[in-house]
Amino acid sequence: MERILFGDNQFFAVNHISDEKSRAQSIQFKDDSAIINTLNIARSTGINTFMCTTHDRIANICDIIRADPGKYSDFNIFPCMPYAHKYANAVTELGITGTLKQYVPGNFFGSLFKGGVAYLSKDYISIMELLIDAEMKMFKGLNTPVIFLQNVITDLLLGLGMIDILKGFHAYVEKKYNAEAGFITMNMPLLLQKLEVAGIENPIICSSINLAGFRMSGGKELYESVLKTKKVRAIAMQVLGGGAIHPKDAIEYVCSLPNIESILFGASSKGNIAQTTAYIREFDGKYAIQHQTAG
Amino acid sequence: MTKVALIGAGKMGISHLAILGAHPGVEVVGVSDTSKMVLDVFKKYSSFPGFTDYEEMLASSKPDAVVVAVPTKFHAGMVKKILDQGKHVFAEKPLCMTVEEGKTLVELAKEKKLVNQVGYHNKFLGTFREVKKLIDGGFLGELFHFEGESYGPVVIRSNQGNWRADPREGGGCLMDYASHVIDLINYMFGPVTKVKGSQLKSFYSKSVEDSVFALLEVSPALSGTLSVNWSDETYRKMSTSITIQGSRGKIICDANELKVFFKTAECPAGYEKGWNVKYLTALTEPVDFYLRGEEYSSQLDYFIKAVEGKVPNTINTFQSAWDTDKVISLIRDRAAISN
Repeated sequence: MERILFGDNQFFAVNHISDEKSRAQSIQFKDDSAIINTLNIARSTGINTFMCTTHDRIANICDIIRADPGKYSDFNIFPCMPYAHKYANAVTELGITGTLKQYVPGNFFGSLFKGGVAYLSKDYISIMELLIDAEMKMFKGLNTPVIFLQNVITDLLLGLGMIDILKGFHAYVEKKYNAEAGFITMNMPLLLQKLEVAGIENPIICSSINLAGFRMSGGKELYESVLKTKKVRAIAMQVLGGGAIHPKDAIEYVCSLPNIESILFGASSKGNIAQTTAYIREFDGKYAIQHQTAG
Repeated sequence: MTKVALIGAGKMGISHLAILGAHPGVEVVGVSDTSKMVLDVFKKYSSFPGFTDYEEMLASSKPDAVVVAVPTKFHAGMVKKILDQGKHVFAEKPLCMTVEEGKTLVELAKEKKLVNQVGYHNKFLGTFREVKKLIDGGFLGELFHFEGESYGPVVIRSNQGNWRADPREGGGCLMDYASHVIDLINYMFGPVTKVKGSQLKSFYSKSVEDSVFALLEVSPALSGTLSVNWSDETYRKMSTSITIQGSRGKIICDANELKVFFKTAECPAGYEKGWNVKYLTALTEPVDFYLRGEEYSSQLDYFIKAVEGKVPNTINTFQSAWDTDKVISLIRDRAAISN
């Protein structure tokens, strides 16, 4: 994975601190061309990986990228699935069974519901695999070397103790897409512990890591200790703590930590993209020797 | 370890279950649901024992406390049975379909001295809690007007056919969505005493209202408006906010952002004259396990602590949820007169 990954929250009005900013972003990125322009700005600063949700509009972005192989041949996309609001709204509207009927492709599920008891013996992992395929359709032909499970699903399964389903995701993504599985979570230490027990070694885990300790469940100290002592390919997200920390201090903190392979951030303006990227390169330089000595 | 059972593994139920499953002080001793498929998934992939019949679950799994996350129309009967068996209850909101049903539960929980809580999670958000502190401290001076609002994309087209679209099951924007804002208004200012006008309007739904607009009075000096619409797709998810006008300043607050304006330098520590902006990032207390917002974990943690006797059972009691039910009923009655 590259050191800097470009995120997509700003494109879809996901703002963790302000509804007003959300609306402004929603207006700014109304057209797909605005998204592509911002991606191109990020690429011009040397960022070559776009980590994005499987939002309907990403399908349009994928079409644009596919149509210009000369320009985007080495461009990487890290899909994050599912776009949870799609399913959450569907569950509200259709119930759990209705949602599965709507989204599991083909007539697989139709046959599942015939004959009442028959489905009880079915394997739910294979339903999940069909859902993964449905979400992956829009990325056909593009480079997707890492495929992520969104935090709301990872953490739901973690809380329910359904680690076998996380394992199933990990295995299927590798088998079918020749990709590595990544897990987004708000509970990194707990997830890592459970994945280790399940036999998944050195997993890719993307979690909130920031100076403010925001959304670092179990506490900042625990996260720092896990990074120092455990085997994990960590991606730091929400490094700016939702905008509550000064960018310079925020980036210095993350760069000073050991064992963080990549930093994920999103921004709407050329100035903010350039500034954050510059801070990461500056502090990486400052802490490089320290990490080498420690490593 | 507190033994907890859950009834109703739908959207809220599964979310509660994951939080309880990760809670170090909780043992989930049973899950009951009417869907065989949901139970089958639990059987295959989790360690939670599943039951189709909740009464059988109560009898065999012997929980200390029960989380009830079924459609509202079932609350009265189920919660009564659970309280009768001497078990503590966390119920989803709103409390009941009618004021009479709610009264029975409030009295029974009191009489049995059992912990009782309802899932109005906004009170566990750092931003709204800070507003409550500012108001209780009198920093806004005399209050004269509030606006409680909530918007979101629940029903954005016709032809929905689940319990949320059925008024007999507790569906509709008033009970499902506006209840959160009404509860927040009651919490901030004391219960609403009069509803001076209200409109329940539908855009898409055939049997229930999609929006609620009302004029509410807390006291002769303090009144405000309620504006709630669950058919607003310009919001990605439910967004609740409150605006308060006082003689010494103004507050605008939503889940993530608190903006306070003070007319003079006479303000609490950490604030100054003019505009002050604070974010949830600074106001939220960390949780041990996060799923979809700190408030969902905090409210269940508070419930478990209350069962363990570590905190008083004072936030989101049946009594306060019943106060909200009463305002819901006033709004409905008033709308019927207006129409």
